[in-house]
Amino acid sequence: MRNKGTETVASESSGFEIKPMDQFEVKALFGGDVSWYTPTNVTLWMALTVLAASALMIFGARGRALVPSRAQSAAELAYGFVHNMVRDVAGHDAVRFFPHIFTLFMFVLFANLLGLIPFAFTTTSHIAVTAVLAFTVFLSVTALGFILNGAKFLGLFWVSSAPLALRPVLALIELISYFARPISHSIRLAGAMMAGHAVAKVFAGFAGALGAAFFVPVLAVTALYALELLVAVIQAYVFTILTCVYLRDALHPSH
Amino acid sequence: MEGDIAEMGKFIGVGLTAIGMGGAAIGVGNIAGNFLSGALRNPSAAAGQTAMLFIGIAFAEALGIFSFLVALLLMFAV
Repeated sequence: MRNKGTETVASESSGFEIKPMDQFEVKALFGGDVSWYTPTNVTLWMALTVLAASALMIFGARGRALVPSRAQSAAELAYGFVHNMVRDVAGHDAVRFFPHIFTLFMFVLFANLLGLIPFAFTTTSHIAVTAVLAFTVFLSVTALGFILNGAKFLGLFWVSSAPLALRPVLALIELISYFARPISHSIRLAGAMMAGHAVAKVFAGFAGALGAAFFVPVLAVTALYALELLVAVIQAYVFTILTCVYLRDALHPSH
Repeated sequence: MEGDIAEMGKFIGVGLTAIGMGGAAIGVGNIAGNFLSGALRNPSAAAGQTAMLFIGIAFAEALGIFSFLVALLLMFAV
């Protein structure tokens, strides 16, 4: 079937054209143009993310059995994990902000994991989505720092342990790095998700183009999928732990 | 013709930003390797420091992300 001459092979392989970025296209669910009120695949998968995360917590917490069911242990595990993270990284007085951080974690985790379902849409692969999350954290943490500490919050930029001559320079660097936070915070998540999914798509395209040797890229995609599963959880963890670090800076700004 | 050269330069620049990824890779590898060598010396202290490991990796990774940001800006904003 394959040795019909180069022309056929070329036209056949063009049927398996690799378009790794097509999966990130925002489409209207019911056709037509996309404007700000149109229900799109992003809306759909974000709603599913919220539903899945809420379902796990609601049904997990409903039983309150002494011997937990599977859903209950999963919910308890996630709750305890994030609770410990907030307490260890951001400190005891940050535990009152735990609900917000836990919501962020569950949303990012479920968005990442649901995006791994074949033909699903990964909402967190869009910088627009992650930027909203990151800027929410950035703005609320900055506001919190000024509300709780007043002008002392600016001590975050004034490194009092450094020599006096160096302090203005360091203050400038600290200021730049402070405003770079939401950028790196958002693009890290979006970039990791986008890169992983694009790589998986490229390898899947190889499987179509290679014909009889299709099993090599299929094995590679399987291994990549396992790696992506790990990355999805780790990126949710990193997003949350950085939120905790920023929160700690707002609560204890002294250097 | 001039537009072609500008376009070419843009793509070359975008390709060059991938070097930044190598720098981030060195940083992340350094952190993970040093964590591992420290953890093997004192395994009992390792569990408490995994959070620091991930924070360090995230900060080292951020510089690689900025090179990605430059690539994005070159491709779509310049």
